[in-house]
Amino acid sequence: MTEQPAVLSSTSALDDLTGPHGARLLHGWLTTGGPADLNEHLNRYGPPPLPRTTRRRTVAPLVRAVEDAGLTGRGGAAFPTGRKLRTVAEARGPAVVVANGMESEPASRKDEVLLALAPHLVLDGAVLAAVAVGAQVVHLCLPRTRQDQIRQLAEAVQQRRQRGIDPVPTQVHALPHHYVSSEETSLVSWLNGGDARPAVTPPRPFEKGVDSRPTLIDNVETLAHIALIARYGPTWFRRAGRPEAPGTTLVTLSGAVRQPGVYEVPMGLPLDAVLDVAGGRSAPLGAVLLGGFFGSWLAAREAMAVPFTKSALAEVGAGPGAGVVIALPESACGLVETARVLEYLAAQSAQQCGPCRLGLPAVAADFAELAAGGAGDLERLERRVGLLPGRGACRHPDGASRLAATALRVFAEDVRHHVRNGPCAGAEREPVLGVGASHAPEGRDWR
Amino acid sequence: MPKRHSLRVDPISCDGHGLCAELLPELIGLDEWGYPVLRATEVPGTLLDHARRAVAACPVLALRLDRASR
Repeated sequence: MTEQPAVLSSTSALDDLTGPHGARLLHGWLTTGGPADLNEHLNRYGPPPLPRTTRRRTVAPLVRAVEDAGLTGRGGAAFPTGRKLRTVAEARGPAVVVANGMESEPASRKDEVLLALAPHLVLDGAVLAAVAVGAQVVHLCLPRTRQDQIRQLAEAVQQRRQRGIDPVPTQVHALPHHYVSSEETSLVSWLNGGDARPAVTPPRPFEKGVDSRPTLIDNVETLAHIALIARYGPTWFRRAGRPEAPGTTLVTLSGAVRQPGVYEVPMGLPLDAVLDVAGGRSAPLGAVLLGGFFGSWLAAREAMAVPFTKSALAEVGAGPGAGVVIALPESACGLVETARVLEYLAAQSAQQCGPCRLGLPAVAADFAELAAGGAGDLERLERRVGLLPGRGACRHPDGASRLAATALRVFAEDVRHHVRNGPCAGAEREPVLGVGASHAPEGRDWR
Repeated sequence: MPKRHSLRVDPISCDGHGLCAELLPELIGLDEWGYPVLRATEVPGTLLDHARRAVAACPVLALRLDRASR
C-alpha cells in the first residue's frame, strides 16, 4: 500500500478554511506539499485558542461547540465526542487526557499519516481538550514500532514547550504495538504501569482511568478535528458531511483501487464515490471489507450506494470503523482472505479470557479448513462464531466473530463451492489483505 | 423501588471451573471448553437464591450479581 495521501475530488462547498480540495486536516499538506512544522502551523492557524479564564463549575465553551458540531470519534466506535468531553469535565477531581495514536489495525494508515503531516493539529486538540475537561496532563500514546514518528512528535512537543504554547504538558509514550494494545483499557493499564492488555470494565476509563482519575481517551484524528472546531466553530464544521454525520473523515483505501492510500473525505459519500477518491476500482469487485479486520464484509453490489456514515452502514450490518475500506477483486477468494485474517486475530488475542483464547484459534482452524476446501463442519463453525461476542473483557472476540459471520454470509456461494469442489482459483493469488509478519505476543511483549 | 439483579462474568478471572452452570443451569450453560455462556443476564426473583449460591461458589470470584434500580 502506498502511504502518500493523494488529491481529493470532493464536491462539497469549498472555502479558505476547508482547503483546496475539500480537505481540512490535510489542508496544509495539500497546499504546501510537506509536513507542517510549528512555524508553518502557527502561520496557518495561529496558536490554539485557549479560553481566557477557566471558571470552575461551568461547562467550557469548547465542550458545547464540539457537541453542537456533532463530531464523533474517529477511532472506530463513532461515539459522540462532545458527550464524552462533558462526562469527563463533570467528573470529580482533576482529569487526564490520552491521545490514542496506536493505530493497531494493520489495514489503517490514517493516524500515521495525520501525525506525520499535521502533528500540531493533534497536539492543539489534545491540549484544548485537556483545558476544557480540567486535565493537568496529556499522554500521547504511539506504537513502539514507529520510532521515527515517536522522535518527530517528541521534538514537536519540545518546540511547543520552548515557545510556551501549551498550559498543559504533553508526554509522549511508546507502547507495544499489538492488535488489542490500542484498546482504551489497554492504554490505561500500560500508563498505570501494567501490560498494554485490555482490562475488565466497569469502571470505564472516563470514570476511573490513568492514576484512578477521570480519563478522556480520544483518537488523534478526533483531537485534530477538535482543534479546528475550537477555531472555526460548529457551523463551519457542519459545512462538510451530512446533518447526521457532519465533518470530514480520514480513510485508508486499499485493495483493488488505482491509488491506494490515505484520503480525507466528507462524511456520507456513497461508497463508490469514496473509492473514486482513490482513482476508482482497478478490477471488478466482489466485496468490500469495511472497518478493517475488526469490520464487516459487504457484497460489492449491496455496498456501493450506501453512504459512508455509521447509521447508514449499520442498516446493512457494517460500520465505518476507523475509516478502513478494502476493495476485494472478484478474482480473490474471500474465504482464503478471511481465514488468513482470523489466524492473525487469534494470534493477537491477549490470552486473558477463555472464550477468546480458545474460541478464536478454533474458529480460525475451522475457517482455514473451509478455505482449503475441506468438507469441514460448517455447523460447528457457525456455532463457535456465534458464541464469541460479548464474552471477553474487550471487543476482540466480537470483532473476529463479525468478520467470520459476515464472510460466511457474503461468500456463501464460495462456501458451497469449496465444500463441493475444493478450493477455488482465488486461493492461488497474492493476498489482498496483508497481515504482515506478526508473531503472537507473549509475556514481556505486552509491557 | 424494585431492584433489578443481573449476572456478569469477569472473563479475565474466569477459569472455566463450571460450578456456576451446575448451580444455576436455568441461566448459565457451558461452551465446549467449559466456560460459562449466559442465557440471560437478568435474574428473576425466583432464581435469586440460586444465583447468590452460584456467585458464592465460584472459586475465583468471577461471577458477579449486580443490583441496579429499575
